[in-house]
Parts: sequence; C-alpha cells; structure tokens
Amino acid sequence: MQIIFLMIGISLIVALIFLGAFIWSMQNGQNDDLFTPAMRILTDAEISKSEKK
Amino acid sequence: MKTLHIENMIACYHCGNECLDNHIHTEEKVFCCEGCKTVFEILDKNNLCNYYDLETQAGISPGNAHFEFLDSEQVINQLLDFKNEEIGKVTFFIPSIHCSSCLYLLENLYKLNTDILHSTVDFLKKQVSVTFRISVNEEEKTGITLRQLAELLTSLGYEPLVSLNDVVKNQQMPSSRKLITQIGVAGFCAGNIMLFSFPEYLGLNDPDYQYLFGYLNIALAIPVVFYSASDYFISVWKSLKNKRINIDFPILLGILTAFLRGTYEVLFSHGAGYFDSLSGLVFFLLIGKWFQEKTYSFLSFERDYKSFFPLAVTRIKQASEEFVAVNELKEGDKILIRNGELIPADSLLYKGNAQIDYSFVTGESKSEHKNPGDFLYAGGRHTGEKIEMEVLKSVSQSYLTQLWNNDAFQKNSQSPVKTFSGYVAKYFTIAVLILAVIVALYWYNHDTSRMWNAFTAILIIACPCALSLSYPFALGNSLRKMGKQHFYLKNAETIETLTQCDSIVFDKTGTLTSSNGDLPAPHFNRILSVFEEMFVASLVSNSTHPVSMKIKKLYHDKGNITLENFREITGKGLEATYHHHKIKLGSESFVIPTKNAVKTEGNGSFTHLSIDGVYVGYYALTNHYRKGVAEMLAALAKTHELFLLSGDNDAERNKLSAWFPGENHIFFECKPQQKLDFIKNLQFSGKRVIMIGDGLNDAGALKQADAGIAVTDNTLQFTPSSDAILEADKLRLLPDFLKYSKFSLKVIRFSFLISLIYNFIGLSFAVSGTLSPVVAAILMPVSSATMLLIASVGTNFRYFGNEDQPFQSA
Repeated sequence: MQIIFLMIGISLIVALIFLGAFIWSMQNGQNDDLFTPAMRILTDAEISKSEKK
Repeated sequence: MKTLHIENMIACYHCGNECLDNHIHTEEKVFCCEGCKTVFEILDKNNLCNYYDLETQAGISPGNAHFEFLDSEQVINQLLDFKNEEIGKVTFFIPSIHCSSCLYLLENLYKLNTDILHSTVDFLKKQVSVTFRISVNEEEKTGITLRQLAELLTSLGYEPLVSLNDVVKNQQMPSSRKLITQIGVAGFCAGNIMLFSFPEYLGLNDPDYQYLFGYLNIALAIPVVFYSASDYFISVWKSLKNKRINIDFPILLGILTAFLRGTYEVLFSHGAGYFDSLSGLVFFLLIGKWFQEKTYSFLSFERDYKSFFPLAVTRIKQASEEFVAVNELKEGDKILIRNGELIPADSLLYKGNAQIDYSFVTGESKSEHKNPGDFLYAGGRHTGEKIEMEVLKSVSQSYLTQLWNNDAFQKNSQSPVKTFSGYVAKYFTIAVLILAVIVALYWYNHDTSRMWNAFTAILIIACPCALSLSYPFALGNSLRKMGKQHFYLKNAETIETLTQCDSIVFDKTGTLTSSNGDLPAPHFNRILSVFEEMFVASLVSNSTHPVSMKIKKLYHDKGNITLENFREITGKGLEATYHHHKIKLGSESFVIPTKNAVKTEGNGSFTHLSIDGVYVGYYALTNHYRKGVAEMLAALAKTHELFLLSGDNDAERNKLSAWFPGENHIFFECKPQQKLDFIKNLQFSGKRVIMIGDGLNDAGALKQADAGIAVTDNTLQFTPSSDAILEADKLRLLPDFLKYSKFSLKVIRFSFLISLIYNFIGLSFAVSGTLSPVVAAILMPVSSATMLLIASVGTNFRYFGNEDQPFQSA
C-alpha cells in the first residue's frame, strides 16, 4: 500500500500542472473574449474555400 | 389616403439601403451612393469581396468625420496603447461593428495597407486593436499616421468613435480575470480535498493515511481561504471600518472558524476537519458572485459629458490653425467650429452665422439661429458654415459641464437603501453569536470538553451562506431576463433599489416623447403629382423649422426647383410661387383664411397645404408620445407617486396633467440644476426616487436619484451615467420590470426561510456538540442546491408583461 503515497504525489503534481496552465491562460488574457474567436474561425474557413475556387 | 410606399425597392449591394433615383451602377451591381461604391471598389481591388459572401449587404455607408485632431502629438500619446519608434498600437471603439463581415474586413486590414501589421476585433465590445508602423507626420515615407488610420477605417464605413473620455481605456483590464482565477483555484482545491476526505467518510482509519490526507487538506485549504476568499476579508474590513456589519461578516466568521478548527483537529486531535465543506462553500459562493457580475460590455454606465465632447478643437492662433485638446482651452482662445461639430465651451460668436441644435442638452428640438455677438452655450451642435468664436469659460466651468462639479458626482454611490441582506446580516449575526455564547456557557457548566466543539460548530453551520447564494443567483437571473427585454441594469443591486422606490420622476422630451419621431403622414383629398411633390419639397428645403425638416425627409430631399417670392412667417407657415403657381404650407388660419373648419383626425400637430389657392389636405404629426405611455403611467400611478420635470415649455400642460396626479407634480422649463435639486428635495422629504431621463440635461438628476434609468433609442448612442439603460420602445414595460424586481426579492426571502430550516437541522447537531464532518459535508451541498433551485426556478417561472403576447427579443 506504500505505492499510494507515490501515486497521490504524482496525481497532485499533474493536477498542479493543469492548475498552473489555467492560471497562466487567465493572466495571459486568453479567456477575456470568448465570443469573437467563435466567429473568427468561421470567416477563416470561408476564405480557404473561396481561394480554392 | 395613406402614406405612399415604394413598392420596388432597389437595395444597395454594399449597405442594403434603399437606392433612390440617383443610384450608381458598376459591374451589374447597384449602389446607393458614391461612398458605398468606393468601399466596394477598394475591397474588390484587394480581393476582399469575401466580405459580401459572409453576410449580404452588410456594409455601412461611409460617413465623413473629421480626424484632424489626431495630428496633435498630445492626442496621439493619449490614445496609443503602446508606442516605440517604429510601431504603434491603438484600440478604437467602432460602434458600427455588427456582423461576421465586419470582423472579416477589420481583421484583414493588413491587405489594404501594408503598414498595418495586425488587427484584432473584440466583437462584443465593438473594439478593434490595430498594430501599425507609425509615422509622426505625413512627409515620412514609411508608416501611416493615426489620422490616416482613422480615415482609412472611416472610408470603409467603420468610423471610430474617439471622445475625450475614451471608453476604450477604462475597459482595458477585465475585472473578471481575478474572480475566475479565484474560482479555478477554489474548484481545484475543493475537488482534491473532497477526494482526500473520502477515506474518512468510508471509515478507513489507517492512521498513516489519515495523517497524510489531513496535512494535504490543510495545505489545499490555505489558498482557498487566503486567496479565493480574500475578497471577503476586504469587504468585512471595509464595513467594520464604517462600523457596520455586512452579510459577508458571518460568512467570513464561518469560513475562518471552520478553517482554524479543522487545522487544530488535524494537527492535535487526529480529526478530519471541515475542509471539504469549507472549500465547497467558497467555490459555490464565488460562482454565485461571478453569475451576478453580468456585464454588458457594449454599454457604458459611467459616461459623462467627456464622452460626448470632442477630443480636440481647432484653435486659431495668429492667423494659423492648430489643434488643441479641449480641456486645455482657456478663456480668450479663439476657436473654429465646422459643420456638424460640437461647441465645447461657453463662448461668444464673432464670425459666421450659427445654427445650433441643443436638442441633446435641453431636449428642445428646434435649432436656434445665432448671429455674431451672440452667446453660445456649450453642448450645442452646429450645422452650416464655419464659425469662429471666443471662449468665455473653460470647458469644466461652462454652464452645462458645471453640473458635473455637483456633489452628486463626487460621492461614491453608497446608497442609503437598506437591503434585505444588510438587515439579515445585522440581526442574524447577533442572534447567532448570542446563541453560540449561551451554548458555550451551558457546556462549560456541564461538560467542558464539548464547549469548544459546540461553539465553533454553531458558527460554522449558522453561516448564512444560503442567503449569499440565493441573492446572486436570483438577482443574476433577473438581470439576464430583463436584459433580454432590453432593460440593462448596471449591477444586480439596482434590482433591490428599484423595489424600494416610491416615486418616479419623468423627463418629457426624448423620454415620454420620441426624439426623432415618425415622418409626417399626409392626409390629402387627392394624390399629389410628381411636380407638386417636388414643389412642396423645394418649399420646405428653404426652412429649418423642425416640421419642414420632417416633410423634407418624407420626400427624400428631392426638392431642387428654384422658387420665387419665398416667405417664412414665424408661427404661421411658408409660402412661395413658381411660374404663377402659388403654394402655401402652414397653420390652418394661414392656409385657409375662410375658416372652413377642416376635420383633422387624432391629436397632434397639423400642417396644412394649399396649391394655387385650393386646399389639398394636411400633414399630420401625431402621436409623438411613445407607444403605451398613457397605459404605463396609469399602471405606475397605482403604486408610485409620479412627477414630470420637463425642460420644454408648457404647451402640453393639459394633456400631461391628465396623466400625472396633479398640477404640483408637473414642472416645465426646468434647468438641469433644478432637476437635480428637485430630486434632492424629494429625497430629503423621505422619498426614494427613480429618475427616468435621456439627455445630458437629465444627467445630474439621474445621478442624484436612488435609481437613474436612461432611456435611449439606440444603445450605441451616448447615454448619461445611470444605473440602468432602457431601450425606448420598452419603456411601456416599466411597470412589469418593477413588478418583476419585487418578485425576485420575494424569491430571495422565500429561499432564506427555507435555508433557516436547514440551519435549524444543522444547529440541532451543533448545540449538542456532535456535528460530524460528514453531516456538514451533506448538509452544505444539499442546502446550496436547494437555494440554486429556488432561485433559478423561481425567477424563471414568472413571465412578466402580458402573457398573451410573449416578448420577442430581437
């Protein structure tokens, strides 16, 4: 059962990495505007289509 | 006899507006004006015609704004977000952004001009940030100036709105960043703590793991209490400094007690602590906070005259012109105002004929003619030839802007309204503390070992977290629901303030009446010939009277024949001749001297027309009060005391006195300062006041009132600083909005009662000193979930307004 100590340690470290990524993305402003990127991706698709024509 | 409608409308390929007689054809495409055609040509040349595939007729007909002031070094430095020798970054607010085509074009600006490196649109805020190679003056070969950039945007139909108090700057850093990070941290810790607490619940008592999990839980709870819940510390500290207990006080007490007791138990008595309940609670509370913080990023509730005034004006200095920021204007400066520009300060006209439109300041729709030597108040918009004037007072000391020096604008909006939560916080907290002390004393005498247990358990379990949960969810939900009906509130607290007001003060012009109004409806006994329409249109184009302007608009400005013997008789009407044809337009007595009473339908103002001495009919300008105003006022009069403060003259006194309770409730010719003072007096006599207004003249009153609601035809336009913004066509729903707000508060009270039941269950465990972490861990989420359910189901359950006609949200 000693293995549990190791596993908890690893799981916490992995979880902390994700928490770190989340905090970084917030500070970086990636989540400030959640609306425009959804529209932007549509316009990009349109461009590639018309360029193929 | 009805208004003629144009059946076969030709829509402009670019903007979708109706093309009039003089439309332009290019490549089989039709445009309404040169501007639209030019935009199309620019896009076509640069392979950006995808613009038209994304949305059809998405374009905006370009305007012709002036950006000369962007040449001023001072202004440039004020506007740029970032600047070095080569590169500049600027964020413009562009109100006309509205669809994916706009996004496409604005993010592809670099294809139009190689000096633009990068542009990003924030759609909801209607902003575009542009990174570009900067050049200070036009002689430099590389780079473009800020002015050229603004002109480029304008030429595409995306005119940036640059004002003295740039809204863009204030919104740079979204406040939600910190809160969401706090939620993330709390959620992370709560999840892990719950995981580590499971063995305890399931009865695994291996001491090795118990220690490990206990220590891990403490480590994880520290950031929850001291980072995620840090706003509670600040809020409690602030209210204690004001010698007040707010709702956050018992919550913080519960959090801290749970944390300290848990830490003690883990370190010294091998217990498990209440870390899971604690961190879960903080997580839920923060989510509630976030839910309540619905912001309408495209609206601004904090605007003052600075957002309305231009950034810079042309100053004439020793025969040369220069641009100067308006707040640098001094007495004695000579300034130049062009067509369509705003007068920034009280000044004396000394050259040119001015035609000043004060509609925004006074609500008066007639424009005033001024001659050299006349005094001009700040805030008017000039139309016509260039005028020159001398500044008499600096911008902040002018008649209009002085209003903002009033105390109402200085004080922080610490509203004196007693909120339900404040009431609960005070009495509930005291009751809980007394109960805790009594219980502690009881155990001190009977079984000392249980004393601390019982005392702390009461503080933990009695924390009014249910109330702090139902508040944000119920109010946040109401906020969203009213937002869907185009009633935008600044924050959730406004809902509670609205429910406590007993008086409503209305402005007339622009609020009860519509400011642009409908076009006049012709009621003729025969159909006018094309020539006759042109005849009328030419006649009215000689006059600046508001009715003439509206008739002119009716005929799409097509009057272009030169008339003879034109005469405008003030208060009566217009007359002119053309090749022996005589035309008369105006009041009944002026047009038909024989006094043959003409039957007019409805009420309003009528303008009569005769051609060659034969009476033709009249134009009716009826019902310029907004739809449903009478019903709305009748409904409100039952519950509130209504007042009217109008800046206008008392021409409509008879009509209005039928709507308002009495003569002493209607006031005409009020100055902005008088409006503010009137509200202050009402408040002094113990009333809570809602002010409903629109223009700058209401700004002081809106601010002074307990709740100020700004009415606007178009939310993109300027609205003075207020607590709520209401779209004009929804004004008639005001009684429903108020009723709904009251209902939301009822939901909160109800959920508080339910939460008291949970508290009693919890307390029955707590007083006996037997509150186990498992019971707390079950009770807490169950009561929280109940609160969420009541709050969201309750507020969604009720439709407001007439249920037979469900609202259509645009």
